Amino acid sequence: MTLGEVKTVLNAQLLCGEELLDHEVHTACGSDLMSDVLAFVKDQAVLLTGLMNQQVVRTAEMMDIICIIFVRSKEPAPEVVELARQKDIAVMTTTHRMFTACGLLFGAGLNGGVHIE
Amino acid sequence: MSGLHYHYDVPGDDFTRAGEASGAIKSALKKLGIPPQVVRKVAIAMYEGEINLVIHGGGGEIDVDIDGQRVLMVLTDHGPGIPDIGKAMEEGWSTAPDNVRSLGFGAGMGLPNMKKYTDEMKIDSTVGVGTTVTMVVNLA
Repeated sequence: MTLGEVKTVLNAQLLCGEELLDHEVHTACGSDLMSDVLAFVKDQAVLLTGLMNQQVVRTAEMMDIICIIFVRSKEPAPEVVELARQKDIAVMTTTHRMFTACGLLFGAGLNGGVHIE
Repeated sequence: MSGLHYHYDVPGDDFTRAGEASGAIKSALKKLGIPPQVVRKVAIAMYEGEINLVIHGGGGEIDVDIDGQRVLMVLTDHGPGIPDIGKAMEEGWSTAPDNVRSLGFGAGMGLPNMKKYTDEMKIDSTVGVGTTVTMVVNLA
């Protein structure tokens, strides 16, 4: 699905990255622990998190994640959005809680991208 | 490819800037045309190390050397040192304070992640003197 469809599924508000809405994504991960996100090198296009600092953007940057979604109506600080803008990463915020947001995207066709044995 | 050298000073008092050096190296490697999977491994390993410099080392320095064969990263701090390196390498073992955990790190994953993504990793540490982490990622 496209990031635009992700936005629609989550009824999300886009804070930056309008130009990325046509980008196709297949995988996502949801975590407040950035080291967990960094533990899987496979492609993860979308990061859902409740964590609200610049390191979320840095983590996304290292992982080639192109969209960060802040759950539970959390509004990131302007400097977080600005850093994401500089790194060409889209930022959205949704009223859904983490579990629901992940479930909605999974149900719509995104998957975890990694298989843990 | 001729050898390239990059040096970064990592401030110890500003968590918001942690990752700047790793981001810069990631951009440099991409521009050199190095495969994305390799670039990502270097970026993740260096970023976890950079976070450690800020969390544990009170800041430090990173030197990166790139040649046609490999990326060599040397991260040095003058922090408290690691008393038991074997323990520090265990997943889930951490001495990070609670405020670091609330920032998304400090769960004892940093060093294991660094080892996982590098082809060679060596830790030299002396309690009360500091720590040097040396990592190599092969390009081929």
